[in-house]
Amino acid sequence: MEKELKEQVAVKEVKEPLKKLLLICSKANLEDVYAALVMGNGAVMEGIETKIFFTFFGLDAITKKTMNKLHTATTGNPGMRMPGGLPFPTMLGGLPGVEAGVSAMMRKQMDALDIPPVDEFLELITAGGGEIYACKLAMDMFKLTKEDLHDEVNDVITVGQLYEMCDGPGVQIVFT
Amino acid sequence: MDKLIAGVNVDVNEEGYMNDASQWTKEVAEGIAAEEGVELTDKHFELIEFIRNKVANGETLTIRGIGKSGVVNAKEFYAMFPGAPLKKATKISGVPKPTSCI
Repeated sequence: MEKELKEQVAVKEVKEPLKKLLLICSKANLEDVYAALVMGNGAVMEGIETKIFFTFFGLDAITKKTMNKLHTATTGNPGMRMPGGLPFPTMLGGLPGVEAGVSAMMRKQMDALDIPPVDEFLELITAGGGEIYACKLAMDMFKLTKEDLHDEVNDVITVGQLYEMCDGPGVQIVFT
Repeated sequence: MDKLIAGVNVDVNEEGYMNDASQWTKEVAEGIAAEEGVELTDKHFELIEFIRNKVANGETLTIRGIGKSGVVNAKEFYAMFPGAPLKKATKISGVPKPTSCI
């Protein structure tokens, strides 16, 4: 009896690899979108079954018109720094063109690190078998149709359909 | 540690990556590939050569970079090394495990 119990405990200690990952991206900030894309692509690279669900403002990341023009917030962002590391004055962040300029600079730096633009990143993820989904409710809210979305988007689905896809053991859901 | 691959003693780390790229031969590659469940074709060897050259030049390997190598695109790369392509391809190419996140 005792031996049997010990064996059961031993079985529990075996490391189970992550099999399936669902990432949810609800924001349009450059950094939030890239967090989802980098983690999603990284999971695909490891052979993990990966699905990324874009909802609310996150839809910007898969909408043709907006996907490659994402911004980072220059106001209300305490992590913002001037080049060189000095604090970035919030007042400056509100000036016209500053946010666009800072965002363009960030995109340029990412490109130098071989981080692809959003559309190419989606293609890379789907090339490896990752799947991209859009939230139906948010699509209705923003009056978007499937035609507005990038070709790599697999489907527009409801929350219920999303959870159905997340069945089975070894699944993680991550909200970025 | 030394591991017998294709009849030769090859210096590998605990994850099976070769410590000395100069020990790499086609036969060793085929031995590692068999363990990884990959059957090597001419296309594989063409890509392996690309990977070995990249690493020898001290460049970072990414799936994006391999997709733009002119040898294969990203989709073909995933199909050639199913599962974790970058890890498998580097292991078979006799170069260190890649440290890139993308």
